[in-house]
Amino acid sequence: MSGLIFNLFIFVLASFVGFELISKVPPTLHTPLMSGANAISGITIIGALVIAGQVDQEFAQIIGFMAIVFATINVVGGFMVTDRMLEMFKKKDKNDE
Amino acid sequence: PNIIQLVYLLATGVFIMGIKRLGSPATARSGNQLAALGMFIGVIVTLFDQQIISYELIIAGIVVGSAIGAFAAKKVEMTAMPEMVAIFNGFGGGASALVAWGEFVRIGAPTMLAGQDLVTIGLSILIGSITFTGSFIAFGKLKGFISGNPVTFPGQNIFNALLTVGTLVLVGWLTYDPSSQLAFWLIFGIALLLGILTVMPIGGADMPVVISLLNSYSGLAASMAGFVINNNLLIISGALVGAAGLILTNIMCNAMNRSLGNVLFGAFGGNDSSESGPAA
Repeated sequence: MSGLIFNLFIFVLASFVGFELISKVPPTLHTPLMSGANAISGITIIGALVIAGQVDQEFAQIIGFMAIVFATINVVGGFMVTDRMLEMFKKKDKNDE
Repeated sequence: PNIIQLVYLLATGVFIMGIKRLGSPATARSGNQLAALGMFIGVIVTLFDQQIISYELIIAGIVVGSAIGAFAAKKVEMTAMPEMVAIFNGFGGGASALVAWGEFVRIGAPTMLAGQDLVTIGLSILIGSITFTGSFIAFGKLKGFISGNPVTFPGQNIFNALLTVGTLVLVGWLTYDPSSQLAFWLIFGIALLLGILTVMPIGGADMPVVISLLNSYSGLAASMAGFVINNNLLIISGALVGAAGLILTNIMCNAMNRSLGNVLFGAFGGNDSSESGPAA
């Protein structure tokens, strides 16, 4: 039970940090920020690795494999499109100057 | 094991700095790169987890996923970014649901699971599945595969609310009777349906807000998956994205002079009426 309570503590505290991290984002950054945060939510890949890497249950391993594919699409695609968006953003800024 | 936890702590710090920097134009690109670095650190150190014994499927999955993700990210048009983010987000939510399902299957005899594990497995599948189908509907609406106009029927909000409460009751049922395959599959099925039903009534012009909210959900789903497999990095990063995503959603609503409730349940803002702006 103490494990759950401990996990709840870090969940709630991390949520407060998340609430504080974002404030007054200029509209041009809305989509890149959403995209970058989305890529981070692909962190679930860590769970997928653990499920696919165990050998207790073959069917669970296959589910884990699918989870890795899904999560990796999210992570790799997510960080790459965010970078593309922000790269363009920067170029535009330079042209303005 | 201790060293893994310490590296996880480092990765969470990197994520926090990354998100912070993403919020400001001058630092946004480096913030994204920092976050990617945090992800890389987290993945590499997890490979040393003692629970991980077999690497074939892991390598295959990462290769396939990276190829698809990189190809899609390279090919996508700049104007189609919100759709692309929606799809990536859908896969992330789906992955969290799969992690919970995989853990449920791995245990073999679900009666061996503690009540708290069953609750988090149920919630992870619920939120992950809603994110999965909801994101694909959002994609379809932006692409025009699905009508961008709000698709509604009488009593829709009440119906969706009842389904949501119903799934939560089912999570309770699964916790009470872990051997119930019926409860498990009903949660899965209704959650997938809920994702469709909650996004269909929202107009195409409001999709960016919906995608942002679904992004917050996928963070929450990842966090729940962290409870399922008892992993701090997952719980913390998921919670960070869940909370930051919610704030961003709110900021985006404010920018349109709308409330989130109005966007979600107001059933307007179709493609046709997008020029006329908010009527209320």
